[in-house]
Amino acid sequence: MMHWLAMGGYAVYVWPAYAVFFVVLAWDWFAPVLRRRRLTRELRGRIARERIRKARAPRAEAST
Amino acid sequence: MHRLGSPPTFYRFAGALRPWLMLVALAAAVVGLYGGLVLAPPDYQQGDAYRIMFIHVPSAWMSLFVYAFMAVAGLVALVWRVKLAEVIAMECAPAGAAFTLITLATGSLWGKPMWGTWWTWDARLTSELVLFFLYLGVIGLYHAFEDRRRGARAASLLALVGIVNLPIVHYSVQWWNTLHQGSTVDWLNLGRSSIAPSMLWPLLVMALATHLYFFASILGRSRIGLLSLESGKQWVRQRVGGQPAQPTGART
Repeated sequence: MMHWLAMGGYAVYVWPAYAVFFVVLAWDWFAPVLRRRRLTRELRGRIARERIRKARAPRAEAST
Repeated sequence: MHRLGSPPTFYRFAGALRPWLMLVALAAAVVGLYGGLVLAPPDYQQGDAYRIMFIHVPSAWMSLFVYAFMAVAGLVALVWRVKLAEVIAMECAPAGAAFTLITLATGSLWGKPMWGTWWTWDARLTSELVLFFLYLGVIGLYHAFEDRRRGARAASLLALVGIVNLPIVHYSVQWWNTLHQGSTVDWLNLGRSSIAPSMLWPLLVMALATHLYFFASILGRSRIGLLSLESGKQWVRQRVGGQPAQPTGART
């Protein structure tokens, strides 16, 4: 196992390369997850605000 | 195919297909990495350093493949003004930039022990760096417009013009004297490739894994792109706000 991890003396190059591969792809995978969460929150807020505005609308019309 | 072009249909289809693609991609990656890191013997010249190849080469292929895919989607977006094509083209750019960045970084980590330098202005390396900047250009141009659909079309045009760089990257090792080695895999005759079968099969399995991963990633990205672009539409409102009681995990 230690022998394998040493990568014939090239461990300092091989493992960072693999780390870059997985870290960058993890970013590629999880960045959209965060974006989706943000978007969902934003849209829910917009829908809720519209609902409130609609509920108030008849009164507003009556007063004018 | 026509129905797939409609955003709600695509959204559902992509959502159903994506986990399976990712599952197969992960399985292929496990097999490919085991083959490449454990089963394959050390190289007689490069020792174990060559094992970087199993991620470097598939990522490099992906950096070109994603660009071509983006340009085709961009062409469809420009000619037929298909909304879905605009979204797919624009979502390709960050994924492609990710693969290009991996290619450059892993190449640098491979170059240091083999060539004695992290970087050199060699034709292959420079054209790959230009590819990275092209991806960044597409992303930047897209975000420079207030109107996202117009931005997508402008960036699609840039993507199409930039396609000229693809043959330059591919043939750079033949056209110029480069430090970078030539192609290892002969696609027309796999048996004649300058690589042992025990090293070739993990490489091809990793290539399969990265392709499947890309499609899983782009389907997910495009779904969110569509939600965002169609945020005023009824189907998005039903998705997002219709069932507030539903747990977040179930709606992916």
